[in-house]
Amino acid sequence: MSDLQYKVVVGLEIHVQLCTKSKMFCGCAVEFGAEPNSRVCPVCLGMPGVLPVMNRLAVEYAILAGLALNCRIARRTKWDRKSYYYPDLPKNYQISQYDLPLSAEGYIEIPLDDGRTKKIRITRAHLEEDAGKNLHAEGNYSQVDLNRTGTPLLEIVTEPDMSSAAEVRALAVELQRIVRYLGVSEADMQKGHMRFEPNVNLIITRGGRQYKTPIVEVKNLNSFRSLERSVEYEIGRQIDEFLETGRTLEIGNKSTRGWDDVREITVLQREKEEAHDYRYFPDPDLVPVEVDEAWLAEIQSRLCELPLARQRRFAEEYGLSAYDAGVLTAERETADFFDQAVRAGGEPKRVCNLLTQVGMKLANEKGGGIARLGPSTQAVAELAKMIDDGTVNATAAGTIFAEMVATGKNPAALADELNLVQKSDAGELEAMVDEVLAANAEAVADVRSGGKKAGKARGFLLGQVMQRTKGQANPKVVSEILGKKLG
Amino acid sequence: MKVAKLSRLELTETEVDQFTGQLCAILEYVEKMNELDTADVDPLAHCLPIRNVLRADVPVESLGTQRVLANAPVRDEQFFRVPRILDEGSGA
Repeated sequence: MSDLQYKVVVGLEIHVQLCTKSKMFCGCAVEFGAEPNSRVCPVCLGMPGVLPVMNRLAVEYAILAGLALNCRIARRTKWDRKSYYYPDLPKNYQISQYDLPLSAEGYIEIPLDDGRTKKIRITRAHLEEDAGKNLHAEGNYSQVDLNRTGTPLLEIVTEPDMSSAAEVRALAVELQRIVRYLGVSEADMQKGHMRFEPNVNLIITRGGRQYKTPIVEVKNLNSFRSLERSVEYEIGRQIDEFLETGRTLEIGNKSTRGWDDVREITVLQREKEEAHDYRYFPDPDLVPVEVDEAWLAEIQSRLCELPLARQRRFAEEYGLSAYDAGVLTAERETADFFDQAVRAGGEPKRVCNLLTQVGMKLANEKGGGIARLGPSTQAVAELAKMIDDGTVNATAAGTIFAEMVATGKNPAALADELNLVQKSDAGELEAMVDEVLAANAEAVADVRSGGKKAGKARGFLLGQVMQRTKGQANPKVVSEILGKKLG
Repeated sequence: MKVAKLSRLELTETEVDQFTGQLCAILEYVEKMNELDTADVDPLAHCLPIRNVLRADVPVESLGTQRVLANAPVRDEQFFRVPRILDEGSGA
């Protein structure tokens, strides 16, 4: 065991549901949670004689995602039938893309824990239709709901470039962020909008020799957590299996395992990969798609600044920490809000603190993003300025922010109303400082002596002044006055 | 017989004989295609010179659950009822 070393090799297949209003090849509405079999038409049912017609927006969303993943977009692509033998696709085939995928040969950049990024190559990304749902009822039957049948899916396949469970998770999270930024998918895990299938194996070095463990594909993963845990589990299981059996990778010994979310283990589903013969052939009901310069340019113009680039810009241009930049760019609306508040004159770090320390908490309580909280970007910028020029302190600003959300009033009016304006008027404060100095001769003497007690005595005097003003004095101004008077 | 079973057709013996003959004739006819030299011909994705037949993303009325299930051999309330699916190979 001691001389055993290993490298993890993971490739990922991801299905992303595109957020079109209607299905891929018919006009049935895409709707989560509708009455079973209520969003179904003869095309979904695979009735003889029906003709599927492509959804333009689904094609455009797929191209947009392909561009964001740095892929080469095919100028000519077509549709193929893939044989399928389950009742959730009643026509017995799935419309997919076989040899001419819409996009290929790209990469996605993922953030690593140490702040660096890593490029993971994308093999291809193609459009296809989803199947319906088979529900396992009591007794010896299954129930079929065809509402999801025909929903547009983008299938993204990566090269086996990931070398840890954490990297696999990072890719999934980054992809979610990208498709949400682009607005091509809601990428809601709870609704099954993103489904993952990692292919995992290990390259083991022992006694100067290298061994590859058999590849395992894990199914049934629809959360980041289960994705990460399943890869972690597989790493351990494959090491154990190698030590016990010495089995190594051969042609045809790839297996499929399902993730058991309760026991947190993978369970063998198919030992040997059957020589899958999907009998692909071009779908004669659908005509090819040709993407010309003009169409591609139009779609390209819809690309936005991608999350990782934005996160970098927030760190470099605004001097935010990597952590803060990550938090602010998690959702596009929040990042847009931040950007606009800064453009409206708010100091970036102040605006960032307001949003991350106060705004997000308020938004969570209200159940929505910061952008939908109520206060405008201008109002937040104004509040940030009030902290900067000493009108209010940070604590008071938090209170004001909450009141802005509750009442819709502007920050300056609220600061007055709630009596939160810091006293910065030197004349007024000077009189108060004089009173405090007169009443605390001993502390004054300690400061003037410059001895060990000086620092503590100075702090005490500052505290006394703050107490007299009920915390509303600007501590910076008080400190200056004290300094002047005590020499 | 296998073709009939896969197609869920019940055939009489006379029909089996008749169709077997017909299917053989079709296969022989298609076999002729192999005589052609297709080395320089690109595979055809579609036989008509048309492309980009697209529709706008606008939902239209579906059939409604009752009509969707009208032809189902067996139904289970709002669902199709099918023999239990044993393996987990389904899903896109």
